[in-house]
Parts: sequence; C-alpha cells; structure tokens
Amino acid sequence: MRDEEWLDSDAGPVVRPYALTGGQTRPSGQRLDLLDMVRAVRSASQNLRLSPEQASVLERCPIPVPLVELAADLKLPTGVVRILVSDLRERGLVAIHRSKSVGLSDLKILQEVVDGLRRL
Amino acid sequence: MAYGAYDPGAAHDAGAATAVTPVTVKILVAGGFGAGKTTLVGSVSEIRPLRTEETLSERSELVDSLYGIEQKSTTTVAMDFGRITIRDDLVVYLFGTPGQRRFWFMWDDLSYGALGAVVLADERRLADSFPSIDYFERNNIPFVVAVNSFDDAQHHSLDTITQALSLSGRVPVVRCDARQRGSSRGVLIALAEHAIALHHEAQFS
Repeated sequence: MRDEEWLDSDAGPVVRPYALTGGQTRPSGQRLDLLDMVRAVRSASQNLRLSPEQASVLERCPIPVPLVELAADLKLPTGVVRILVSDLRERGLVAIHRSKSVGLSDLKILQEVVDGLRRL
Repeated sequence: MAYGAYDPGAAHDAGAATAVTPVTVKILVAGGFGAGKTTLVGSVSEIRPLRTEETLSERSELVDSLYGIEQKSTTTVAMDFGRITIRDDLVVYLFGTPGQRRFWFMWDDLSYGALGAVVLADERRLADSFPSIDYFERNNIPFVVAVNSFDDAQHHSLDTITQALSLSGRVPVVRCDARQRGSSRGVLIALAEHAIALHHEAQFS
C-alpha cells in the first residue's frame, strides 16, 4: 500500500496534540475563553527558547487577536492553542484582554445588534 | 497574516496597550451534517470563514471538552466561525459545529455567554435537527429554527414544520437561503429580536 492511501486527512492528525504542548494536557492559570484577545508583549525573534508553535502564536498577535482566530490560522485545535497561550502568558510574553461577552443580560446591546445587522 | 488579524481599525494602532477590547456577541449555528452551517457562516461573515479541526475521542465523549486535550484524538470535528463587525467596539462572532449528541461537549464550551443559536434545518431531513433543538431547550438558550430552502425540497408550511419539530409556538421558524447574505443576516436578526422578546417576557413575569 502506498503512503497516501492510508495517511490522508481522514486518519486524523498525525502528531498527537500533546506532542505540541510539551506533554501538557491542561492549560494553566485563569480560564481562557475562545474570544479572549491575545497580544504579544515581546517579539518572537528574541532569544526566548520557544517551540515552533509558541513562536507562531507570538508572531501572529502583534495586535490583539481572538484565541479562536489563532487556532484557525495555525490549523491547530483550540485546546492546543489554549495551552500554548497559557504557557506564553505564564512567561509574561503575551497579555490577555478578556472578552466582554454579552448574553441576554444587556438589552441595549441586543438592540444595537439588531440595528447594526439591519444597517449592514 | 492573511486573514487572522483582528483589525477593527483605529482602535488598535501602535498603542496596543490602550486598545479597546470590543464587546463580543456570540451566536451559535447548529444543525445536522449538510444542513448548510458552513454556507450560512460563510455568507454573512466579513472574513473568509475559518475552520478549526477539534479533536475528540469517541470513548471519552462524556468527559471531553474543548478545554483540555487529554484524549488521543481519534476523530476530528470541524468548527466554522465567522465575524461581523457592527462597530469598532461591538463584534458578532458566529460558531458553527454539528448538533449531534456526541458533539455536545463542544457546545457546553461554545454556548458560554452566547446570545443564542440558529438551528439550521433541511426540510427533507427534519429529524437531523432534533438533537440541536433538544440541546438548546435543555440549556435555556434562545434559538430560532431556520429552514434552509434547497431548490428541490418540498415546501411544507412553516406551521407544519413547527409541529413536526414539536416546537413551542414561541420559537420563531423562518425560511432562508443560506447562500444569500441578506437572507442569512435576516435569520440573525430574527434571533436577536427573539432574544429581546424573551428578555421583556422575563422582566414582566
């Protein structure tokens, strides 16, 4: 059997997710939401002993980027990106801007969403 | 970065430390495979719709969550997401994933703080939307049902569909063409208006 016959995308990722996170399977510190904004405080080019994945995260957020967009951009599961980001946060290399999510509680914002969607 | 940058404009200039964190509104898009979730997210999103492949283990589905990655990743499931910037400081995010019960662990994470959900239904396979409806009813998350009208579908009346789905008459059921931006946007407006109506009801009950 040739390689491509059994190693297609349906087989799932070839590299186990925890291989990208130094063996960690849970993020540390405060819970990260998918919409929390991640911003690099240092540039990846400095000698920081980063893994390639950590460096990729750092390169992609010179301005705040939602965690979920980093995951899509890096083609990594959100669980992996949460761990990478929580590591970078512990090392003081990224800052997290918490998302302010609006549920049913804020009528004014709900109305602004309706008006805004109508205007678009 | 081609499309991943969050760039609502002047609010995020060089002084990123003073950047305004926008208020985010999360809307979920659920439904069976092939109901048109990816199409709907793509038609309303201002960015190219993004996908992540989430890993999950079939054995540990009851304890998995998007939060950890303990499992050895036996299967993957796609999550679509899109973005609509209403103002620099008000952004709507859309998250689409399959509604089957085995993916509910993802919904627990995604639905946190959500405004509500759109359940996309294909009227030829209405039963595929039951698990999504079931999830949002159980968790008291406001939702609307959007019947994605494929050309060759039989057009049942929306009343008939409401009955077939055993929905309470208060759940809006609308018809849409997920390929059309205006039509998909109409579904989101219906959801936001439904959420407002529920808010008023809660206040006066």
